[in-house]
Amino acid sequence: MQKNTTKKSGIGSVLGGLVRNQIFIPIAALLLLVLFNLIVDPTFFNISVDVNSDGYRILSGPIVTVLNFGSELAILAIGMTLVTAASGGQDISVGATIAIAGSVMLRVLCGTNSRPDTLQAPIIVAFLVGCLAAMLAGAFNGVLVAYFKIQPMVATLILFTAGRSIAAWVNNNELPVISDPKFAYFGGFLPGIPIPTPIFIALGCMIIIALVLRFTTLGLYTQAVGINESSSRLNGLNPAFIKFLTFVILGVCVAVVGLIKVSRISSINYSVVAKDIEMDAILAVALGGNALSGGKFNMWASILGAYVIQFLTTTLYKCNVRSDALPAYKAVVVIILVVISTPAVRTWFSKVGKSLKSKLQTKEVA
Amino acid sequence: MKKKVLAVFMAAAMVLGIAACGGNSAEPAGGKGGDLIKVGIINNDPNESGYRTANDKSMKEMFTKENGYEASFAYSLKNDEQINAAQKFITDGVDYLLLSAADTAGWDGVLKDAKDAGIKVILFDRTIDADPSLYEASIVSDMAAEGQQAVDWLLAQGLSEYNVIHIQGAMGSAAQIGRTGALDAAKNDGKVNIVTQQTATWNAENAQQIVQSVIDAKTPFNVIYAENDDMAKGAVAALDAAGISHGVGKDVVVMGFDCNKWALEELLKKNWNYDGQCNPFQASYIDDIIKKLEKGESISEKTIIMQEKGFDANTITQEDVDKYGI
Repeated sequence: MQKNTTKKSGIGSVLGGLVRNQIFIPIAALLLLVLFNLIVDPTFFNISVDVNSDGYRILSGPIVTVLNFGSELAILAIGMTLVTAASGGQDISVGATIAIAGSVMLRVLCGTNSRPDTLQAPIIVAFLVGCLAAMLAGAFNGVLVAYFKIQPMVATLILFTAGRSIAAWVNNNELPVISDPKFAYFGGFLPGIPIPTPIFIALGCMIIIALVLRFTTLGLYTQAVGINESSSRLNGLNPAFIKFLTFVILGVCVAVVGLIKVSRISSINYSVVAKDIEMDAILAVALGGNALSGGKFNMWASILGAYVIQFLTTTLYKCNVRSDALPAYKAVVVIILVVISTPAVRTWFSKVGKSLKSKLQTKEVA
Repeated sequence: MKKKVLAVFMAAAMVLGIAACGGNSAEPAGGKGGDLIKVGIINNDPNESGYRTANDKSMKEMFTKENGYEASFAYSLKNDEQINAAQKFITDGVDYLLLSAADTAGWDGVLKDAKDAGIKVILFDRTIDADPSLYEASIVSDMAAEGQQAVDWLLAQGLSEYNVIHIQGAMGSAAQIGRTGALDAAKNDGKVNIVTQQTATWNAENAQQIVQSVIDAKTPFNVIYAENDDMAKGAVAALDAAGISHGVGKDVVVMGFDCNKWALEELLKKNWNYDGQCNPFQASYIDDIIKKLEKGESISEKTIIMQEKGFDANTITQEDVDKYGI
């Protein structure tokens, strides 16, 4: 908005522009964490080559861990950002639908036997069926939000409550365990490749969404619907359908995450798989500086936000902070974010920015 | 108009939901045999865990018409819903009320009603804060004994040092407190060194991350003490990724709890070292008690602590897996 007016002054404007840019928040948070780790324990950034139990060389180190375990959250952040932008609300059922998608995949792979020696179906078929289930769940949420105009958080509360029971029901309450090592590739390592597979999967999702945003009108339309639904309708868009679509896209993201999650341990526990991940996904969107009330969004800021959350988690684990205290640290982040985004603080920031700029300008003049 | 449609839809959804729950929560088994013993069983949701699933299954297998019972089941993880179910069973006039309470408090009133109605109450799996005169017997696991058994086994392994990664269950649960207690005591006696002590809230992925962070930090360790099988599995996934060998005669000793079938199979393959049982099969104990009470005998011990095993990978057999795996 103010970009045109600040173009004239050099460093000040660059800094000012950066501060005003949405992506500044996650970058600042990331830098803060990097700085903290550099001071406390620089070995955090060491990456070593180890040999895993299958005899392949793999990279390991805290940074690899962050990228590895952050993948799921980054993928979810993509879908959650779109849902947030279009509907002005969040989907709180993603954890439960991950359980459903994962359960369906295992069901297809296992057939009727919960501990098969060989897979009963190709993994790709299982994934596609799981994908279908997650998209159906997304479509269910989407219909409630887009066509019945229910508050997203209330609409998704249904699956949030029922999802894990549905997931258990899909497998007759049994706990399937897959012994085929091929299934573990998606959450572990492909033979001979030293980088964890989830990193590639996340990268793939990012490339796809980048292409979609670049070459289709999805980004523009979701933002238009989020900013002003009625005016976008007057301009020939179908707001309900676009909202519906974002929920289905989130469903696809959920299915991909479900695959990674069940692949990591080749099994599933319905009551705890991806527990509370919805809160982290929403936090990622917020950390990316996106308004949780919808409208304009910055996809890359959300994704970066997801990795920042994982960075924080890994840092705290590394520092031996009690893991049940993790939510408290995340709460601190939320509080800071909320405070920063209030109008009072915003105007104060812009005041400080302006005075800085004017000082720099006077220097340049002198 | 839209609101009306919405209201109708929501109402329909709720009715459907209730109908669906109803199908589950009260299914009268068997006909109206006059000499059948009527039991009302109140349990936690079988989806809660593998333990609960096995527990519910054994109950359903025991209390059948063939065994002389007419059983009704009610499931809830919420105390108030359980109390409602208990009241319903009392009105239905069951002979025995079998109860695994979601919460320890709040049961006095309804149990007094049961006593007045001449209904005998037997607690299983979980105890409650109520006067012991209100129930006939309580069949429970001793979590502290489970932990002690596991720690005794560990200390008998004669390792030169014990650097333990301790992965805890959800903080405050009976299983966590019991299983943590024994290890903490060993630490305070200087017998083991705890590298890290973290809760993974029964979650495999969290356990994987906790172990990964220890591996990343290059802190040496040689024991994983996970308070359930899922978390042990997550921990082992991290070990596998880092190429750290585990199991019998390997670098890291892996210990789990609950005796899931797949976990016992890992023991059989010598990938894990120890698995402690948490016995979900209270049904046969309850059956014994009911038979005794029906004969007019008295129960000598009010609190019955179930026998629980600890399996060692060196001695476990396929029969153990089939018999004790849940």
